[in-house]
Amino acid sequence: MWRRIRHIIIKEFIQVFRDKKLRFFLIVPPLVQLLTYGYVVNFDIKHVAVAVFDESRTLESRQLIDRFTSTDWFNVKYYVKSQKELLHLVDRGDITLALWIQWDFATRMRQGKSGRLQVIVDATDSNAALIVSRYAGTVIADYNQLQLDRQLARQGQEWAGQSGTPLDIEPRAWFNSNLISRHSMVPGVIAMVVLLVSLMLTALSVVREKEIGTLEQILVTPIRPIELMLGKTIPFVIISLLEVAMVTALGILWFEVPFRGSFLVLLLGTMAFLFNSVGLGLLISTVSSTQQQAMMAGNLFLTPAILLSGLIFPIANMPVFFQYLTYLNPLMYFIIVTQGVFLKGAGLVLLWPQITAMTVLGIGMLGLAVARFKVHIA
Amino acid sequence: MTTEKAIVVKNLSRHFGDFKAVDDISFEVHRGEIFGFLGPNGAGKSTTIRMLNGLLLPTSGEGRVGGFDIIRENARIKNHIGYMSQRFSLYEDLTAEENLTFFGGVYGLDPARLTGRITEVLILVGLEDRRHDLTRTLPLGLKQRLALASAIIHEPSILFLDEATSGVDPISRRNFWDLIYAMAQEGRTILVTTHYMEEAEFCDRLVLIYQGRIIAQGTPSELKGEVKETILALYPGNLDGALDLIKKLPQVAEAAVFGDGLHIATTRPEETEPAIQETLTAHHIACGRIERVRPSLEDAFISLVQRAEGKEAVSYQQSAIS
Repeated sequence: MWRRIRHIIIKEFIQVFRDKKLRFFLIVPPLVQLLTYGYVVNFDIKHVAVAVFDESRTLESRQLIDRFTSTDWFNVKYYVKSQKELLHLVDRGDITLALWIQWDFATRMRQGKSGRLQVIVDATDSNAALIVSRYAGTVIADYNQLQLDRQLARQGQEWAGQSGTPLDIEPRAWFNSNLISRHSMVPGVIAMVVLLVSLMLTALSVVREKEIGTLEQILVTPIRPIELMLGKTIPFVIISLLEVAMVTALGILWFEVPFRGSFLVLLLGTMAFLFNSVGLGLLISTVSSTQQQAMMAGNLFLTPAILLSGLIFPIANMPVFFQYLTYLNPLMYFIIVTQGVFLKGAGLVLLWPQITAMTVLGIGMLGLAVARFKVHIA
Repeated sequence: MTTEKAIVVKNLSRHFGDFKAVDDISFEVHRGEIFGFLGPNGAGKSTTIRMLNGLLLPTSGEGRVGGFDIIRENARIKNHIGYMSQRFSLYEDLTAEENLTFFGGVYGLDPARLTGRITEVLILVGLEDRRHDLTRTLPLGLKQRLALASAIIHEPSILFLDEATSGVDPISRRNFWDLIYAMAQEGRTILVTTHYMEEAEFCDRLVLIYQGRIIAQGTPSELKGEVKETILALYPGNLDGALDLIKKLPQVAEAAVFGDGLHIATTRPEETEPAIQETLTAHHIACGRIERVRPSLEDAFISLVQRAEGKEAVSYQQSAIS
């Protein structure tokens, strides 16, 4: 049995490494993914373009504007003289945030009423708008606090300028203390690369043999379906593990993502995940008769798997039905494992539920593939 | 391998939906025989072979290959048979030797035997000096021989060759048949499918298969003896024009292009000869001499098909002869 399987494995390796296109496919797309996700996907918002229309022109209004200019979040680029100009800048998309300080801003405050300030956010990108308005809110809240302190001080109260709010929040971001998107993205990319490579290689290698007729030639030999399947999957499991090593090394050395956990746990999680992707690859190969069909079928699964993984869009924000759907998505578990191993240094104690879930789903998927495969080739 | 018969097939059928690809066929192949399956594309030749080598299960009927039942002992048959399809299923990106190593390995040959066999078959098919060449770089005739080499790497006693010479030039085809003869001489049984008439002549025995049914079987000369009509050969000046005219004659049962002349089947040669001369002369086509010839296998095939199918077969024969 092993002799036959070994011959298939050797043949697959010769073919993969002799094929220029395949060698390219194994190295370049994973790097492109790593670089784009590492550099481009960035939820950190900085230097948001701001325009100010200051009708008030008072000490108070200038102090408010100073608050905006003095943070990294905002870059006050325009000081305009009319409402029309302000709205024009928003329309053109030159700015994301517009501040309109009303003429009676300071007067009202001195009278002990609330000063009026209009904040306009360009919500073309709703995610970014949300973050920008939250930042603006924080700046304004600080300003409020300052004004409150001053008022109290002016009234000569015993607090002597110390108002002290009931709750003072100072958030600490654990595991990624500077909230660098890249640090969460790179482990996610590892998971995506493994999915892409193992799924496509497995599906295509079987379907290609169908196309050229060698599968039929193999099926007239005494080989058993299980031997053929093992021979067809083991090489791609090994190649996928090499991909993980390549992307992990680049993530650590180039992007300086901290690796706090153990390689063994990462290996274990990857193996559990590979049951799923290789199983799916085999399953796809049983329903496709050309490589093109296999590619299409593969893509059909790739996009939903990534969208429902929680890497880019938080699962908590999804409709309830889709939240349940993510439990069936092995990539969701695998990303928790890779991020956990990298950023938290999580071990089996923490990650066993995910690894178990992937193993169970994987055995199911592989079982389905084996059943289909046997029927298909018999 | 206890039986004298290498292959026994009884009432074998395979249907795909309503389509009867193979319809109730029976035949026997003796050991050491070159047995031919002759018929046009889509006649059911490949479907039959696929049932015999375990790639396809029959809808009904039974069969034994090398003494094993094709339904129940499907897996045991595979060690004893070799299969070569018209697609020359090889890995183009592997060398000749790597292809043989792979197929030999999948057949489970142990390393020592594998090494020995690879050299043996490479010498047999005359490829030992190209063993390290990529298969992609081999001309079609050599690919065909390499495909044969991988089909016999495990020394099968029965060899199935499904349109194994299609697309190959005549010299390569002749060399290939020399190899097949040599293997039959060693006692191997060979079942070939073909639609080349001259290849059918090389077979010890033949079945004619048409629309899923066997319409005749026997040695090539027995099949030729089946022809009841007299065959007239003539070489007119204008082949196509003459063919159209002659087909319209009531005395002519069948007419077809044969080489650079025409073959005409008729039951009334005495009446037909003058009729042909008359109509060709009337249309200013040089007639030349009309000879009575022994029927060729092709004549037999056309005649037998026509007998089986009535006049329906007329349209077929035009495409069968090329």
